[in-house]
Amino acid sequence: MSQTETSATPPVAPEPETVIEVRDVRVTFQGRVGVFEGLRGKKGTQSRAVDGVSFELRRGEVMALAGESGCGKTTTARAIMGLQPIEGGEILYEGKPLPRDLKPYRREVQMIFQDPTGTLNPRQTIYEIIAEGLRIHGIDRGPNGEPEEQLVARALSRAGLRPPENFFLRYPHELSGGQRQRVVIAGALVLEPQVIVADEPVSNLDASVRGEILQLLMKLREDLGLTIIIVTHDLGLAWTVADRVAIMYLGRIVEIGPAERVLMHAEHPYTKALLDVVPEAGGLDRPILTGEPPDPTRIPQGCRFHPRCPVVETGRAAELGIEARCRGEDLALRELAPEHEAACYEAFIRHGDRGAATV
Amino acid sequence: MSDILTLDDVRITYHTSGGGVPAVRGVDMAVAKGEVVGLAGESGCGKSTIAAAILRLLPPKTKVEGTILLEGENVLEMKPGRLRAVRWTGASIVFQGAMHALNPVKRVGDQIAEAITVHQQAGEKEARVRVGSLLEQVGLPTRRMKDYPHELSGGQKQRVMIAMALACSPSLVIADEPTTALDVMVQAQVLRLMKELQRDLGLSMIFITHDLSVLVETSDRLAIMYAGKIVEEGPAELVFHSPQHPYTEALAAAFPEIGDDRFRGKPMGLGGDPPDPAHVPSGCSFHPRCPKAFEDCPTVEPDLYPAGELRRAACLLVPAAKERTGAGA
Amino acid sequence: MQAPPITPGGDPALTPEPPIEPLGEIRSPRQIRRARRRVAISRFWKEYRKSKMGMAGLIILLFFVGVAIFAIFASDDGTNPSLITDQPVGAPPSLEFPFGTDGLGLSVLTLVIEGAKISLLVGLTASVITMVIGTLVGIVAGYRAGFTDTFLMRFTDFALVVPWLALAIVLAAILGPSLVTIIMVIGLTSWPGTARLVRAQVLSVRERPYVERARALGGGDWHMISRHVLPNVTPVILANTVLVVAIAILSETALSFLGLGDPFAVSWGGILEEAFTTGATTLGWWWWIAAPGICIVLVVLSFTMIGFALDEIINPKLRDR
Repeated sequence: MSQTETSATPPVAPEPETVIEVRDVRVTFQGRVGVFEGLRGKKGTQSRAVDGVSFELRRGEVMALAGESGCGKTTTARAIMGLQPIEGGEILYEGKPLPRDLKPYRREVQMIFQDPTGTLNPRQTIYEIIAEGLRIHGIDRGPNGEPEEQLVARALSRAGLRPPENFFLRYPHELSGGQRQRVVIAGALVLEPQVIVADEPVSNLDASVRGEILQLLMKLREDLGLTIIIVTHDLGLAWTVADRVAIMYLGRIVEIGPAERVLMHAEHPYTKALLDVVPEAGGLDRPILTGEPPDPTRIPQGCRFHPRCPVVETGRAAELGIEARCRGEDLALRELAPEHEAACYEAFIRHGDRGAATV
Repeated sequence: MSDILTLDDVRITYHTSGGGVPAVRGVDMAVAKGEVVGLAGESGCGKSTIAAAILRLLPPKTKVEGTILLEGENVLEMKPGRLRAVRWTGASIVFQGAMHALNPVKRVGDQIAEAITVHQQAGEKEARVRVGSLLEQVGLPTRRMKDYPHELSGGQKQRVMIAMALACSPSLVIADEPTTALDVMVQAQVLRLMKELQRDLGLSMIFITHDLSVLVETSDRLAIMYAGKIVEEGPAELVFHSPQHPYTEALAAAFPEIGDDRFRGKPMGLGGDPPDPAHVPSGCSFHPRCPKAFEDCPTVEPDLYPAGELRRAACLLVPAAKERTGAGA
Repeated sequence: MQAPPITPGGDPALTPEPPIEPLGEIRSPRQIRRARRRVAISRFWKEYRKSKMGMAGLIILLFFVGVAIFAIFASDDGTNPSLITDQPVGAPPSLEFPFGTDGLGLSVLTLVIEGAKISLLVGLTASVITMVIGTLVGIVAGYRAGFTDTFLMRFTDFALVVPWLALAIVLAAILGPSLVTIIMVIGLTSWPGTARLVRAQVLSVRERPYVERARALGGGDWHMISRHVLPNVTPVILANTVLVVAIAILSETALSFLGLGDPFAVSWGGILEEAFTTGATTLGWWWWIAAPGICIVLVVLSFTMIGFALDEIINPKLRDR
């Protein structure tokens, strides 16, 4: 990460505080084998869903974790939430590793799920859904002695459902999609968390409704000082709301940096391909990557993107003399511009780095 | 008649235990030969209902009024024999979630061949040859015809569905959310394929989706649906970039262009939700959510007024509206 | 772009049915729970009333329950052959004896009324045992999964395979023929069916997104089970219970008929047993067999009809056929 240069003249903004640090996290899913095959020693296929992911989430920022399906972004998010056990690396909250008992942690870090309908128990009233968090943690009074109903009402209000009392006795099926997602958000807010992990928060909602929910998230960041990490496949969404963007491919982050930089001056060929493919008026004559989304059970050697990489395909890699490394040598993120990192040999060269990769 | 498909005042009402639900409330539409018409809208707007209606694939008790002319013939008045003949040879459909429409216990080649032989377009041997060439057309190696659906990826299955839709050389292909469940990269591949096929085979197409940005790329003309009616229609680029109807504007804003500073940090959306077809608001159905609504909107239901060259929009703010109704700000 | 004020649901014309409670009052959680329960029950009852089959079944059942309650408080002298000495033996139905008399001169009507009490009670008790064991096993197996699940399920399979008739005979031989024996036999052989059903439902509920949400909120196992799994499993259990009781009553009848029940207790099965051993069929005393037989059929039918109605409510898709 970049170091702030302390100089005498202009006052530099203090180093942003890191709320959550993900360090070299690995998650592997084990395929199953039949009983007899298992006895013969055959192991199931291993899917390296998250294969060494490291990044920092800074207080008050909105970070987008983007990529196609299978890249590991949702698994990473769930690992941060503690819903997914990790095989390697660690996750630090406010500098300290996650404890064994995650219950207190859960008051600090909350999640918003993709499917608002499935996430709400159809047998619970909205009141009970929101109050659930409070009851799990044994909170029956607010910090100033407020009773439970007031806390629930406040959460509903903050999520834009007003007047909140109208919703207390309603059931999820009586609400629209957008309202349900607000209920999910209110349910997370009632615990007054510091961080919200949002897994595709709007992709299941109608297009015209999405903007509102995103507006809500941004407002909550403003008003409550929340830190938000959004998992999404939609780069347009990242452009709209994110401060920083991390692009994932096959279990690794391949590019990370401020949204303007990553989305407008992408360094990694995969990011460029993703951006090219976002539909817009201009026709379909842009270069489109061939092949299917990659398979986490068969991660290529060297740079995991090399089989589909236009730089390799067009021969540019050979020209630059890096083809062998692309095919054979795995590589890590390197800072190419302030705050902007990417893992691509071609990009390294463009930014004046020659010689062995460090970090 | 150079129009492959003409819809004239089509009204479709579903039958439910709670009464009739008007899913489509008067739609006029035409698809010219070789044209791609995009039909956009969100849930409950009626677009999938129209797609199913064209080949009379709606549930039995559904009431369909109006005329649907497919190559000059009224689909709604066809006798069952003629209907069966027309289905797939006149027009075919690529369904939403098409990947699940494949029979898991039959090889894909057999399933495509079935479409051909059922319509007596060819005998078994000939059908197999045709299957091979169809697969090539959609970019799959011929040997794939021996595969079972589970051996194919999502994008490949979608290609198979497209091959199936083309099996009997229809004049019109209706694609209902064909790429919604696919990754962006695969979606781009499939869209490019469809565009190429459309060009090469001179197909007419109706492309249905909620993703407006996809339609701008693929369609010649665009029709936006809301609450069972078309609220705007015209050349795709114009409709997207200079919408005449506030709903179109809002829908377009939901698909921001990366690099466009107007959207940076400002997600744009509408309040409320797309209306339930069983409870459509009075007057202009969009008025509760419309940022430009004024006092006439809840009472006057706008028609599709001319709004430019080959364009129409159903909004009282359109200049032509004021002449016709006297209403307007 | 000036956005219109965000009201829930947008246009007032689109707001769903008006709230049941008056607006503007924040109620305590207990009041809310009670209010919600009232609402849920009244909604359920409204739905149930729509089903003609369900209502018919309910009426029949309530009738027999009434008879059983009457039998509890009424004197049972009419069933004691040592007390009744002056009634005709084997008399066909008449005004005095609407269901005729049996081989000992006892009024069959009196016997049947008494029998209602025993049959229903036995059926109920056996069902309670079945439901409790079955639900417990089902929930633990379904929720814990892994080894516990496998172990419990194999144990369930074993219990499933045990032939209940053989078990009944063995138990009767060991413990002596009595109603307790019958209750135990029914309870111990019926629970596997319930266990499997409950486990399947638990497995399906466990995977639902709202359970994961509860986990994300910090909920532990107990919270999951009590707040999410149980409420979603209860409807299935309810529908199953109805069936279980019906089968229990039938089973009791069968076992009593075979002589494994208390020879001194008057249950419908017992009456039938008496009738057969006395040779009612050859004597042509059809009323002695018909009366208890029809009662059994009616009671079991009523349960089945209620079960039907419950099924339709739980699974609304069955309704619009």
